[in-house]
Parts: sequence; structure tokens; C-alpha cells
Amino acid sequence: MSAEPGRELRIIGFLCNWCSYGGADTAGVGRMTQPTDLRIIRIPCTGRMDPLFVLKALLSGADGVLVSGCHPRDCHYSEGNFYARRRLELLKRFLPLLGFDDKRFEYTWVSASEGQRWQTVVTKFTEQVHELGPSQGVEASCAA
Amino acid sequence: MRIGVFVCHCGSNIAANVDVAEVARQAAQYPDVVYATDTMYACSEPGQAGIVEAVQEQGLDGVVVAACTPRMHEPTFRRAVERAGLNRYMFEMTNIREHVSWIGKDTDSNTRKAAELVRMATEKVRRNRPLVAKSFDINKRVMVVGGGIAGIQAALDCAEGGLEVILVEKEPTIGGKMAKLDKTFPTVDCSSCILAPKMVDVSMHPNITLHAYSEVDQVSGYVGNFDVAIRKKATYVDWDKCTGCGQCMEKCPSKKAYDAFNEGLTPTTAINIPFPQAIPKRATIDPEHCIKFTKDKCGVCEKICPTEAIDYAMQDEIIEERVGAVIVASGYDLFDHSKYGEYGGGRYPDVITSMQYERLLNASGPTGGHIKRPSDGKEPETVVFVQCVGSRDKSVDRPYCSGFCCMYTAKQAILTKDHLPGSQSYVFYMDIRAPGKAYDEFTRRAMEAYGTSYIRGRVAQVYPKGEKLLVRGVDTLLGTQVEIEADLVVLAVGAESSEGAKELAEKLRISYDAYGFYMESHPKLKPVETNTAGILLAGACQGAKDIPASVGQGSAAAAKILALFSRDQLESDPQVAQVSLNRCVGCGKCVQVCPFGAIQSIQDRAGNPKAEVIETVCQGCGLCSVACPQSAIQLNHFTDSQILAEVNAICQPSLEESFE
Repeated sequence: MSAEPGRELRIIGFLCNWCSYGGADTAGVGRMTQPTDLRIIRIPCTGRMDPLFVLKALLSGADGVLVSGCHPRDCHYSEGNFYARRRLELLKRFLPLLGFDDKRFEYTWVSASEGQRWQTVVTKFTEQVHELGPSQGVEASCAA
Repeated sequence: MRIGVFVCHCGSNIAANVDVAEVARQAAQYPDVVYATDTMYACSEPGQAGIVEAVQEQGLDGVVVAACTPRMHEPTFRRAVERAGLNRYMFEMTNIREHVSWIGKDTDSNTRKAAELVRMATEKVRRNRPLVAKSFDINKRVMVVGGGIAGIQAALDCAEGGLEVILVEKEPTIGGKMAKLDKTFPTVDCSSCILAPKMVDVSMHPNITLHAYSEVDQVSGYVGNFDVAIRKKATYVDWDKCTGCGQCMEKCPSKKAYDAFNEGLTPTTAINIPFPQAIPKRATIDPEHCIKFTKDKCGVCEKICPTEAIDYAMQDEIIEERVGAVIVASGYDLFDHSKYGEYGGGRYPDVITSMQYERLLNASGPTGGHIKRPSDGKEPETVVFVQCVGSRDKSVDRPYCSGFCCMYTAKQAILTKDHLPGSQSYVFYMDIRAPGKAYDEFTRRAMEAYGTSYIRGRVAQVYPKGEKLLVRGVDTLLGTQVEIEADLVVLAVGAESSEGAKELAEKLRISYDAYGFYMESHPKLKPVETNTAGILLAGACQGAKDIPASVGQGSAAAAKILALFSRDQLESDPQVAQVSLNRCVGCGKCVQVCPFGAIQSIQDRAGNPKAEVIETVCQGCGLCSVACPQSAIQLNHFTDSQILAEVNAICQPSLEESFE
């Protein structure tokens, strides 16, 4: 069940092992139906998330990138997600300058128990990317 | 490279809406994949045997299993590939159950998604490198934080198992909440009679060092080698000299100090031993009420003390200890009943908490075990118990059930009748939750044998009417309003996380839930472990629980540690950061960002500054990899090239097919 049936987009999710990956598992255990566009890459912590991974994904043709980690103050590595928040917020503000619609990228916090929240996050983000449609690579309108 | 792919049916959990045979067929086309098959239950004995056999027969040097979440079975399959002779890190697991078959119903898109996830995993495994765990020595000492019944049990079990135990208790005596209780449900045996022998065992055990009136100040290190700093708070009495004779208490002229042990029912002396069975039985001065501290006068205790133990100049002292594991048994606090203004707790003297009532019932309590109203000392004839005060109520942010209040209320109703045969008790309840062994029979006994009147409904208001309290509530079974003229109202307060629980969690690097209770590693299968190796939980710090559950968890945590320490060395996780010395320019950014102090600046032979990872301290978060401007520091098993290989695998052009 993708947002637009039969027409999946390429969405990459980077999820921290401890919270959001667990949250996605919880959503699965609860059989919480989600769009099927998302492909998840497991990373140890959002602190491992190099902003360049997001750019590399967008440049390689991904239509959307989602990063999700533990809630602030709840990081398994005590402060990894604070670094992530600073790095990714900066990236989000830079994306239009680099020629990408910043709606193609989101970062969020989902704990291992928040299966329902994960379902909402995935559904909303998938819809948001579908509204933008397939990525045209570096978008001229944004590169201004 | 020769990679084998195993796609699990998981019975029908995956196979019902993923074409697993098709996934395997597609996987066989991926680069370096020489063997791909589907299997009914990959985790089962024959499933694992199939993987081992394939590795050996096909000469595989990389394995991908597409099944459930790696958070469940990654260790299982790592052991399987190890049995087959491969390095355990030449394995990748991809989740096609929780992330595919259970969340999407369309077989076509599920199959496509599963095949792509397998492609990502094969691309990752192509870049995996064998990693070898390093062994390190462990310190077989345990610190138990909290000397309530859970901590006492954990400390005794560890000590009996031959381990050296450091028990840290923040109050002047161990015993916790259980020491304050009069009787325990459902056996109605005397609480201190069953607890006191255990407390004495703690004080007498040669393997246990007790630091009472102390708190954990700092914790660093990792499983097997924690360095802890314990703050021994100033008691102003030299406990090495104090004999607990209590002469100071008799003579102390300041009699207005808060008596925490008696829940503030009566004031106590500024120099104080909490109760006769206290362990250690030593005096502590409350500087807020001691005249020596407030007015620089008096000094009676110093004059009278036969062992010259009084030391007004005493300062907090920090003790350093090295332990290999920590059991957190820091307990809980009771809900602040004054948050319900309508019940009048804190305003009307005869509206008291259940714990205060417990002290009134107790023979060593302020009334010597006679039930007397705090206001005028009269024996109450009508006692109203109000349940769920701070439990199951979203309006006070306590939506959870505290679990034990139904039972202790039934016990208190029974004891009330025992103490005052002419009395009548009423209990306002929401539901009776009595799921333990012999628990439901016990609440029945309170109703049937002791004539306690149970009224299903909430209390709206309590207000004074002459000498009495008028309790106005609703009986939802009869659908009527109820008014009872009570002499005493007892509020069955629920449990909440203890004060300072969050700060302690941050020192220990463990997580807590929205209410401050500590998070166990798995709600069902790892109820005493935390996500931080070597730190275990026991008792109500993890969630409200009664005495048998706390004791059980204390023993369970001790058993976990005894198993952990049955080895002399532990293996460190090799998924740690690694520095490429050729690339490192010694800027020190990684040293700054590391949350664990696992990276240090060193000099190479030519005197150039470089970074070095202390492998046993590194927890493998990867913060440093991102901070490094040279990409010189890489997290093993999650290197830039491994993560980007997965990105590339998703962005393969062949995916375009699905757009047509």
C-alpha cells in the first residue's frame, strides 16, 4: 500500500539501532500498515549520520531521505542525537542552496516503544515525497 | 567473494505476502551471490544446519539472512556462521518481517521491497571485514545502589556467590520502604520480623561493604571495569565511634526535625537513629534543626556522647571504588497526595497517606501501634480508604496502575478491624487488581470475614464536618451518591519514580520512561538487564512492584552477574572506531566529540599528533567518524563505504522497472 498505488518512489530511511529501528519493529509487530516505499538502513546512532550520506542519496536519485533516532536526552550513547540534530538541521537549511527541495529530507525522533508514531512518520513523509513526485536530480528552481 | 543468501518463510509470517522464492531467485543474480535459497524457519535447528552446510559445501565467505529483525536473531545467526567456520561479522541480516510482510499487504510491492533489502545486505556484506573481539580482564566486584528489599536481596545473593559487594544507600539505614511497613500481604506476617534478619545479614556478611547515607556521585568505565565515586554525606557523627546507644537522642533539646521514617506524623530530634532495628544503628544529625548549626549553641550531644563520636566539622567525603557490574535498586517514591486538593490531604490532619497509616499501625511507630487520629488522638470508628490516589489517573499524569495499592488497602482494612473490633472500614475502589498468588482470596477475606464495605466509585470531595470528615463519592454499581461520615481518611497513594532517578540514570547511562522508571532491555525477555552492559535493575526503580516481585528481581539481577563473572575475561565488541594513522592529522576533533572519553591524543614516532581509540572504552556510536574532516576515523562494520554501498544498492537503475 504505497501512497500512490503501483507507483513507488525511492525513499531511504537511516534509523538508529536502539530507538527508531526498534520503533519500526514495534510498528511491524503491531501490524501497523505503512506505505512500502521506504528502505531502511540501520546505523548504530544518528550521531553516525554523516550529512553527506543524505546528499549522496539525493544525488544518486533517491526521492526522499528520512533520518530517525532516539528522542533528545534519550540517546543510547548519551549525546549522539544532539550532534545529529545540529548537523541535520544545518543540512536541511542548506539543501535548497544545493538544489534540492528541503521537503525531500526530514529528521525525526521515534523511540523503540512508539510503533504508532513510526507509522505516522512513515505515512506522512511518504505522502510528502509523493506530493513532490520523482526527484529530477538537482532541481533548477531550487538552485537559484 | 562467494555470498550465500537465505530467505526465511517464518512459517507464514513472511511467506504469506512475500514471494520468498522469487526474492531468492532475484538474489541469485546479485554480484558475488553464488547461492540463494528460501528456508522455512531459518532460526530453527534445521534452518541453521542448512546455513552451516551451505557455507561449507559452497565455500561461502559471506552470508545474508533475510528474516525477522536483527534485534532478535542477529546473535543466533552470527553464532551459526561462526560454527560454519566464518568470522561472525561476515554476516548481514535484513528485516523482511517487521519491516515488510507485517506492514504491507500487497505481495508484489512486498516482494520487490524484500528483494531490494536483500540487495542492500549483499552489497554491505561484500564490504564487510572479519573483526576479532579482544578480551579484557574484569573486576569481579559489584555495586548495589539502594538498600531496600530488592537491593538487600541482590547484595546477599551476590555475596553468597562469593562476590565482593559495595552497597550504597542514601538514607542513614537500609531497609527501604519495607522497614516502614507493619504487616505484609497476603500472609499478614510482620514486615520487620522477616526483613530485619536480612538486614543483619547484610551488616554481618564479610563480602558486603555498606555505605549508608551515601550517594553515587560519578560513574565511568564499562562492563567489567566501572570506576565509581561515592559521596558519603556528612552525618556529623563519627560512625566508627558511634555505638548506637541513643543517649544523644534522649538529651537532644531540638525536637522539631522531620521524621522521615515515621512519614512526618510526629517530629523527632535533630540527632536521630531512624528506628531500633536500623542497620547501621548509628546517629545522624539534621543540620537544619540542630541548634549547634542554626544558632551555634547547645552542643549537648557532644558533651553526652560516651564515645566522643560527635564531629560538627565533618564534611562530605568521596570514596572511589572499582567494580565490574552495578545493580540499580533505587526504589520508588510515593505519590504526593496534596496534588488532589479535593481530598484535603496535607490540609486536614485526619486525611493521611497509606504509609502514614502503616506507621500508625506499627508497634514501633509514633503511637505504639494504637490507631489514633492525628488531630485529637481519638480512636476512629469509621475509616474510609480511597484507592487509586495517583494511579490510573491521566489528570495527574499517572496513567499507570501501581499494582500494590489494592492489596495493601485490603490488608489495612483487615488490620483496622483487628486493632479496633468496633470499627467499620469503607474502601472506594475503581477495580480490584489482585492477580498474585492468594491475593484475590485475601481481598475477599477483607470483604467477607472482616466486613469491609467496598464501594465501586471515586471520591469527589472530603471536607470537615464538626469533628468528622464528610466523604462524598459515587457508588457506580448502585448509581447513587454516597456520603460517609468518617473519623479518618486514608489515601492509598500510588508509586512514582524516586526523586533523583533521572539524574542517577544519566550518571549510569541507562534510559528511563516518561515517568522516570528505568527501562529494561526487553520488556519480556530481559526484564533485569539495561541496554548498558553490566548494569542491571532490581525492584521498583523499573516499575511499581510488590515485595515478592522485588525480591525475585533482586535475585535475578544477582544471578545475571554471577553468570557474567563466571568468566575471568570478557570479550569487547569489535564494532569500534579505528584510526587510519596515515590520514589522521591529529586535529583532535574526535577527542572532543567522543561521549565516552574513548579517544586520546598521542604522538607518533615522528612526534606528529594522532588520535588513538581505547577499544574497550569505545561503545561504537560513530560520532567521531562524522566529525573527522579527513575520514581518518572509521567505525568498524559501519564504515562510510559500507553505508554508502547500501545507499547505492537502493538507487540502482534497475529499480526503474517499478516505475513503468
